Amino acid sequence: MSVDTATVKRVAKLARIRVSDAEAAHLEGELNAILGFVEQLSEVDIEGVEPMTSVTEMAMKKRQDAVTDGGKAADITANAPNSEDNFFLVPKVVE
Amino acid sequence: MTDLTSLTIAEARDRLAAKDFTALELTDAYLAAIDAANGALNAYVATTPDQARQMASASDKRRAGGTAGVLEGIPLGVKDLFATEGVHTQAGSHILDGFKPRYESTVTANLWADGAVMLGKLNMDEFAMGSSNETSFYGPVVNPWRARGSNMDLVPGGSSGGSAAAVAAHLCAGATATDTGGSIRQPAAFTGTVGIKPTYGRCSRWGIAAFASSLDQAGPIARDVRDAAILLKSMASVDEKDTTSVDRPVPDYEAALGGSVKGMTIGIPAEYRMDGMPDEIETLWQQGIAWLKDAGAEIRPISLPHTKYALPAYYIVAPAEASSNLARYDGVKYGLRVPGKDIAEMYENTRAEGFGAEVKRRVMIGTYVLSAGYYDAYYLRAQKVRTLIKRDFETVFDDGVDAILTPATPSAAFGIGDQDMAADPVKMYLNDIFTVTVNMAGLPGIAVPAGLDEKGLPLGLQLIGKPFQEETLFRTAHIIEQAAGRFVPDKWW
Repeated sequence: MSVDTATVKRVAKLARIRVSDAEAAHLEGELNAILGFVEQLSEVDIEGVEPMTSVTEMAMKKRQDAVTDGGKAADITANAPNSEDNFFLVPKVVE
Repeated sequence: MTDLTSLTIAEARDRLAAKDFTALELTDAYLAAIDAANGALNAYVATTPDQARQMASASDKRRAGGTAGVLEGIPLGVKDLFATEGVHTQAGSHILDGFKPRYESTVTANLWADGAVMLGKLNMDEFAMGSSNETSFYGPVVNPWRARGSNMDLVPGGSSGGSAAAVAAHLCAGATATDTGGSIRQPAAFTGTVGIKPTYGRCSRWGIAAFASSLDQAGPIARDVRDAAILLKSMASVDEKDTTSVDRPVPDYEAALGGSVKGMTIGIPAEYRMDGMPDEIETLWQQGIAWLKDAGAEIRPISLPHTKYALPAYYIVAPAEASSNLARYDGVKYGLRVPGKDIAEMYENTRAEGFGAEVKRRVMIGTYVLSAGYYDAYYLRAQKVRTLIKRDFETVFDDGVDAILTPATPSAAFGIGDQDMAADPVKMYLNDIFTVTVNMAGLPGIAVPAGLDEKGLPLGLQLIGKPFQEETLFRTAHIIEQAAGRFVPDKWW
């Protein structure tokens, strides 16, 4: 499988990365080189093989259903490029 | 007085305990060495001299008070991927400009709790994506090693290139690093240092910027096997804050050194003999086999039939996870924001300017392989292949193999700006061909220097172990180290 310029632009949109026409053409070649490389996986017989979901055999740790952390709004917004009263500020989303 | 920066962690530990010098004197020696060298090597992206001196003075007070920890007064460098409270933490990326977290990663918190001193943050490939440290927003790190009679700058490997270069050039006593496909072991091999990627789950991932969560593991880069054992003991822990942190006690790795390998079975996988591999890599491998045989180990040829599929499967799984993990960098919560006419354009502009070319490539590959209609063909298939890769290892371990010996890398360090690799991303990816299988199977792997090539550049061997058998790796790597000797670059910087 390979990608064309239109697909590169669609994927860039999904990934929320602005890509110019020139960059899209360049990326098309690079992505196709990588997709060509991974193509060899189609040789592998995977009939009846379970996909890996956890690399180590472990049961997911669970914790008590209780509040153990919080009250850190100021810490959480401290690094924001734009914030006010412990809220993140973004361009208007709803008219 | 000998140069304090030439001491290993074990040596410095003993001499600090003997009150030969103070932690502050040791820290000052390192800060002076960094000042003198960093212009040439670019290993540190931020130094924290005031904090280092404060931590060293506090360490001296603790020692005077009789409460010295196991790393008391040892100055360390920290890969920029680890969150360090109030200190530059940018993962080598422009998109995290100015980020100073309000929290400390579990691994670094463990080190400071044991008395270690932080010298600063170490350069790395952006978001740990790279094998040469050239994708860093802060520019490439220069390998302290040069080919004999040459003044050409070489890469230190990556992504933990700053960690490896700083350790090799004695700009820290040891360093933290991370390894998703070889990012500890490949730079260790390129710089004549020792690097271990422990079993997945051994070190907490809490507070480490995530690249590919099912593959990422922290580990140390150190000057010798003993120092790596000392550091890992402190870095590893059971952590409530990471659900994949394993619930088992951390052994005393240093105690494993000096043990015999008599009666151990070392597997030699046929599939790691690659077409076009330089003769000196094969020679080095045979030398390693001979050393372990001489030490009483039984050598057994083995087969890991799915080896060649590990790298292509990795280049589906890792970008897929990265595309999801890196979605958080959107110009809202931290770091860079580039304005746009609406929020979607702000996201797109921020990520276009904030991410470098390699990160964009991988995020886009990941987005593509996870997108509707391609998920089964790429991602699901890669995860099934991953099961087969892990099964290969389980089969040989079940047959009585205790550890596996392979080359660490297919070559020695290459030049900065290598044209072949710049032209074809897949060429760069091949650097990790011997290391990436270990991440895919979640196993521990250690790279240990084993010799120099004909140009005088270091080459490493890799040992792969069973899950949570890091002690076996330290013991066996120590045997190789004793036979090979240690390798220190000639100072030109």
